[in-house]
Amino acid sequence: MSSEPRTADGAVRDRMAGVEPAAGVAKPDPILKASGVRRSFGGLTAVDVGHLEVQRGTITALIGPNGAGKSTLFNLLTGFDRVDAGEWSFEGRRLNGLGGHRVARQGMVRTFQLTKALTRLTVLDNMLLAAPGQVGEHFLGALLRPRWRHQEEANRERAMELLARFKLDAKKDDLAGSLSGGQRKLLEMARSLMVNPSMVMLDEPMAGVNPALVQSLLGHITSLRDEGMTVLFVEHDMDVIMGISDWIVVLAQGSVIAEGRPEDIRSNQEVVDAYLGAHHDEPGASAPGSGEEA
Amino acid sequence: MDILTISLETAIGPIAAVYVLAAIGLNMHFGYTGLLNFGQVGFMLVGAYGVGVGVGTFGLSLWVAVVLSIACAAVLALLLGIPTLRLRADYLAITTIAVAEAARLLYRAEFARPLTGGVYGRQSLAEGFYDANPVPPGRYGVLGVDFSANQVWLMLVTWGVVGVALLLTSALMHSPWGRVIKGIREDEDAVRSLGKDVFVYKTQSLVLGGVLGGLAGAMLAINQQNITPDQFMPQVTFYLWAMLLLGGAARTFGPVLGPMVLWFLLTAFDETLRTLASEDLLPFIDGSDIGALRHAFVGLALVLLIVYRPQGLIGDRKEMLVNVK
Repeated sequence: MSSEPRTADGAVRDRMAGVEPAAGVAKPDPILKASGVRRSFGGLTAVDVGHLEVQRGTITALIGPNGAGKSTLFNLLTGFDRVDAGEWSFEGRRLNGLGGHRVARQGMVRTFQLTKALTRLTVLDNMLLAAPGQVGEHFLGALLRPRWRHQEEANRERAMELLARFKLDAKKDDLAGSLSGGQRKLLEMARSLMVNPSMVMLDEPMAGVNPALVQSLLGHITSLRDEGMTVLFVEHDMDVIMGISDWIVVLAQGSVIAEGRPEDIRSNQEVVDAYLGAHHDEPGASAPGSGEEA
Repeated sequence: MDILTISLETAIGPIAAVYVLAAIGLNMHFGYTGLLNFGQVGFMLVGAYGVGVGVGTFGLSLWVAVVLSIACAAVLALLLGIPTLRLRADYLAITTIAVAEAARLLYRAEFARPLTGGVYGRQSLAEGFYDANPVPPGRYGVLGVDFSANQVWLMLVTWGVVGVALLLTSALMHSPWGRVIKGIREDEDAVRSLGKDVFVYKTQSLVLGGVLGGLAGAMLAINQQNITPDQFMPQVTFYLWAMLLLGGAARTFGPVLGPMVLWFLLTAFDETLRTLASEDLLPFIDGSDIGALRHAFVGLALVLLIVYRPQGLIGDRKEMLVNVK
C-alpha cells in the first residue's frame, strides 16, 4: 500500500522505533501534544483524553467505533469546538482558546467528514482562497489591485501545480459543485495544502470514494508524509488504516484505549472488545450491535 | 401611451435609484455573503433620519448630515452583527427583521419627538441640496419623458452614487476579499478551516451593505424633502428582496435591473387599473382597492419568477442549480 519506492515494510516501522505501544505514551519528537482534553454534551462525556502525542512526520490514524468521539476530538484540537478542560499545543505553542482560523494559520489544517467544497466557486478559486497572507484579502487592500496582482499570480501558479498533482488541472474553471464526490475529496486535500500546513488533519478522507480513487488518495497521503508533513486521519476502513499508518490511536467512549503500530493494534484484545462489544464472546450476551452504541 | 411614459419616468427616476442603492446593499449581504438580512429598511430608516435629525433638528448642513447617516448605518450594522454573526444564519434574519421594526417604533415614539419629530417626522430637509443645483431651470426630457431641473439634479446625484456603489462592490467582488466573501456564502466552516477570520468578513459585509442602505435612506429624505417614520414599514424590505431576486442576486447589475423593472411594472399596473377604473370599465373595483391589488400582483410576479426563472433576469442558472441535488 505504501507508495514509497525506497522504503520496505521494515523501514515504515522505523518511524516509530523505540516507542512503546501503550495508550498515552510519549513520542520522541511530538508535533502535537494534548493533555486532559475533555468535552461533554449535557451528561454525556464525548471526549476525555488523558494524554496524546502525535509524532512529527508520520501518518497517525485515529480509529474507534461509532460515537467514540473521533470527530469531536478533531473539532476540539482544530478550534472548531470548545473544550471543557485540558490543554494542547502544536509545535510547542498552546492552542487553547484559539478559533479555527487561528489554528489553521499555525499550520494545522483540517478537512471535513462531509466534504466542504465551495460549490459555487470555481475549482481554481477554491484553491486561491486558501492561500495565506493575501494583501488583497483586506477590505482596503482589495481596492488597490496593483498591490496584490503579483501575489495573485504567484498563488495561481502554486495552485495550478497542486491541481496538476491531484489531476484536477483540467477542471480548474468548472464550478466545484460539478465535481464528483471523490474529486471533491481531492480538491479539499489540495486546497488544504495551499495553506502551507505542517500538519494535515483528514476527517474520513476515504468516505464515499470509489475503490479506484481510494488508491490514488492513499498515494497522495503517503507522499505528503514523505515530504515531511504530519498526517492525522480518522478512518473506518481497516485495510486502509493497516496499510498506510505508521501509528494507530484507538479511541473508545471518548478515551484513548490503545496506541501502537498496526501489528500491535491488530492483536490488541482491548481494541477487539471495543469494536465488537466487551462481552461478545460470552454465551448468552446481547447482540454484537450493542458495541456500536458505545 | 401616457402609461408607458409615466412608467418609464418612474423606472429611471430618483425613487428607483434609491431602491437600486438599497438593493445593491442587500446584494452584498445576501447575494455575495449569504447573510439573511430581512431588515434593510432599518438601515434606510437610520440613514433617512441622519438627514432628518441632522438638518431638521440640529440645523447641520446637508453634507454633514449625510455623513451622519453613514455613521448611523454603520453603527446599526455593528449592533446587529456583533451579537449575531457568530451564530447560525437564522439568528441574523430574526434579529434584523425585529430591530428594523423596533427602530421604526422607537423613532416615532412620543418621547423621541424632540429629536425625531415623532409621528410627524421632519420637514424642509433638502433646501441646501437644491440651492446647490447647477442644472439650469427648465424642463428636460426625450420621447415624452419629462423632468424638472431639480429632478434632473437629484437624478444625477442619486444615480451617480449608484455608479460609485457599483464600482466599489464590483472591484471588491473581483478581488481576493470578494473570493473569501463568496466562500463564506458557500460554507463558512470550510473558509474558517483555511485560516480566514469569517466573523470579521461578515461584519465588513454587513457594514458595507448597511451603509449603502443608509445612503439610500438619505437620498430618499433629500428626494422627498421630508420624512415620517411610517414610510419605513417592513414591506419595503420585501420589495427590495423581490427586486433583487427579480434582477438576479450575486450579479453586479442584478440589483440595478430588478428595481427598475419592478418599478416600471408596478407603475404600469397602477396606471392601467386607474385608467380603466376612471372609465368605469372595472365596476367591481373601487379606487382604494388598487393598492391591495398591487400587492397581489407583486406576489403573483414572485411566484412566476421562482417557478420559471429562479436565477432572476440576469442570474446564472448553472450556478443556481449546482446545489440542487
